Amino acid sequence: MRFVDEFRDPELAEVLGRQITTLCEPGRHYKIMEVCGGHTHTIYRYGVQDHLPENIELVHGPGCPVCVIPMGRVDDGIAIAERDGVILTCFGDMMRVPGGRGSFLDANARGADIRMVYSPLDALRIARQHPDRQVVFYAIGFETTAPSTALTVLRAAQEKIENFSVFCNHVTIIPAIKAILDSPDLRLDAFIGPGHVSTVIGCRPYEWIPRDFGMPLVCAGFEPLDLLQSVYMIMKQFAEGRSEVENQYGRVVHYDGNPVALQVLADVFALRPFFEWRGLGSIAHSALQLSPKYAHFDAELRYELPGVRVADPKACQCGEVLKGVLKPWECKVFGTACTPETPIGTCMVSSEGACAAYYNYGQYAKQRLTLEVLR
Amino acid sequence: MTRQITEVEVGERIEAMRRRPQRFRDERITMAHGAGGKASRALVEGLVVPLLANPALEQLSDAGLLTVGTSRLALTTDAYVVRPIRFPGGSIGELAVNGTVNDLAVSGARPVALSAALVLEEGLAAGVLEAEITAMAGAARAADVCVITGDTKVVERGKCDSMYVITTGVGVVAAGVELSPHRVRPGDKVLISGTVGDHGVAILLARGDLDIEADVRSDTQPLWGLASALLGSCGAGLHCMRDATRGGVATVLNEIALAAEVGVVLEESRVPVRPEVAGAGEILGIDPLYVANEGKLVAFVAAEQADAALAAMQALPAGCDAAIVGEVREEPRGRVLGRTTFGGHRLIDMLVGDPLPRIC
Repeated sequence: MRFVDEFRDPELAEVLGRQITTLCEPGRHYKIMEVCGGHTHTIYRYGVQDHLPENIELVHGPGCPVCVIPMGRVDDGIAIAERDGVILTCFGDMMRVPGGRGSFLDANARGADIRMVYSPLDALRIARQHPDRQVVFYAIGFETTAPSTALTVLRAAQEKIENFSVFCNHVTIIPAIKAILDSPDLRLDAFIGPGHVSTVIGCRPYEWIPRDFGMPLVCAGFEPLDLLQSVYMIMKQFAEGRSEVENQYGRVVHYDGNPVALQVLADVFALRPFFEWRGLGSIAHSALQLSPKYAHFDAELRYELPGVRVADPKACQCGEVLKGVLKPWECKVFGTACTPETPIGTCMVSSEGACAAYYNYGQYAKQRLTLEVLR
Repeated sequence: MTRQITEVEVGERIEAMRRRPQRFRDERITMAHGAGGKASRALVEGLVVPLLANPALEQLSDAGLLTVGTSRLALTTDAYVVRPIRFPGGSIGELAVNGTVNDLAVSGARPVALSAALVLEEGLAAGVLEAEITAMAGAARAADVCVITGDTKVVERGKCDSMYVITTGVGVVAAGVELSPHRVRPGDKVLISGTVGDHGVAILLARGDLDIEADVRSDTQPLWGLASALLGSCGAGLHCMRDATRGGVATVLNEIALAAEVGVVLEESRVPVRPEVAGAGEILGIDPLYVANEGKLVAFVAAEQADAALAAMQALPAGCDAAIVGEVREEPRGRVLGRTTFGGHRLIDMLVGDPLPRIC
């Protein structure tokens, strides 16, 4: 497939892998965190680690949209869906996320009408098709998906669609990175910056990371060669004694971001004073709600919600995994009580969650079995 | 302080969990139980099989085998509930014949006769029904079987989605044919009869929810021609066949790896995928290895016979894209390991639920 295969070339990968190895300082161990769950998925899906020397460790970060949704917010969604006449819509990844009262799939089995959509505009279309019902979009994601929610709200306002509202769980990436850097139990050397978030916010918002913490950050694309090249760029910074924000994903990311998208976000959303992140706890100014101008589309104001904070299951160590302190397999319930089919924690749900990615793809990567026998 | 366990120990613990008999503990049926992955397996192996327990059923093959006098018969049944009922490349009537014929074919049985039960929704247009029965007749002719008995039921509007079709098939297994996961050995080659993912992607696009346009047609077709060619060319060297329907090729390979206690390694770059299907998969975040097929079989063949098997398949239109895609190893026992197109490795597990699209 053109424009895809070029970024998955195994021969180029080998060359890059060798160059990365020559940049490594002998005896030094490098811990590089990929912030974004999409990167985690690519790393496992393509076996990127197999092209890296053993002293480069990729640590998985918090940038998986469903992984950071606390249980109480899942229960709130179910409470909305269980009201008479409501159709709740959400992205597919959300369907299996466990709350205190099961997942959206379980709620559907009990009679709720929760539908999977591919875009918030599809939710709006459902609202148009069912004027007699209330259609609520369960919005999740970082700055990547927030603009599409914002544009949908603008469209709904324009068309005066009154049976549509948004249950907003959008979060922002910078406070999450701050929370990780403030965590005392983690020692990182560098970041692979989130690619699609950066298409919106650009690269400037990360400049404090090299400045204050001395760590390189390279914004990366989502193909396996993108990731290898980003590691190469990071290693080159180390070798040359630099510490900067660099942009590997230049074909999509502009250093200053997307001003139109940022304008729309500023118009439609306002920062919440606090938001609870699964595993990371309450983080100030880390999430979005609808701005007063669009508050009439806010499902949190339209419906009375339980809004109960549900503690994560005791055995679940998603927080430690999200911060990169624990590797997925170091969690006590990994792969036994917590599996993709019966997840306890959110990291085991989405294919971008570190635990699910590791469980589904990763366990044998290290064996590096040679398969050359195949003709 | 407890001892830190190692990654290998965690892997072993997961292996033990995977091998444990399946338990069905869900309070209600969710859509995941119908998707052909792990939840379906828990439903069948944890609830249905224990209650109906008998040796033929416990084989969990595509068809049950029984001996009547000196004849060995294969019996299989399947319910077809596809939406929409017509889609590019086929329709529910054609699917209902081919699907059941194929379950017989991959069991090594020549399809002989079918039954068909129709569940019809009040209000269904007569022309639609006639078109589907005509499609069944055409598919039956093409597969050289007859529908010799049937039933019709009508349910109130809204109690079914246009129409459902349930077909049961009987086939005859020739003397000397022994196909079973237990005959799969380390060293065997894994063959796929053609491109993967066509049917599932065609259906997904035909639903029209995605606003993606691509010319992808369902691959629904009878497989007895291919199966019979393989039996003829490999003889006892043909160890096992499966048709890769729900859950796709990945799920079939996992089922065989678990049942045969072997490892399967898959060279992903050799798996034939149409560019349109690969493209739709990229956009939706769906791996074609997990997408349903309705006219593709996976065969495990002794290494010495692999080339003959490949040639036999490629000589037929249904197998023109056939390929050798992997081989059987001793390790990793019970698991499927992929060598990715990028030159790395990954584990290819069973599907968990419906293949859900990723969001960004």
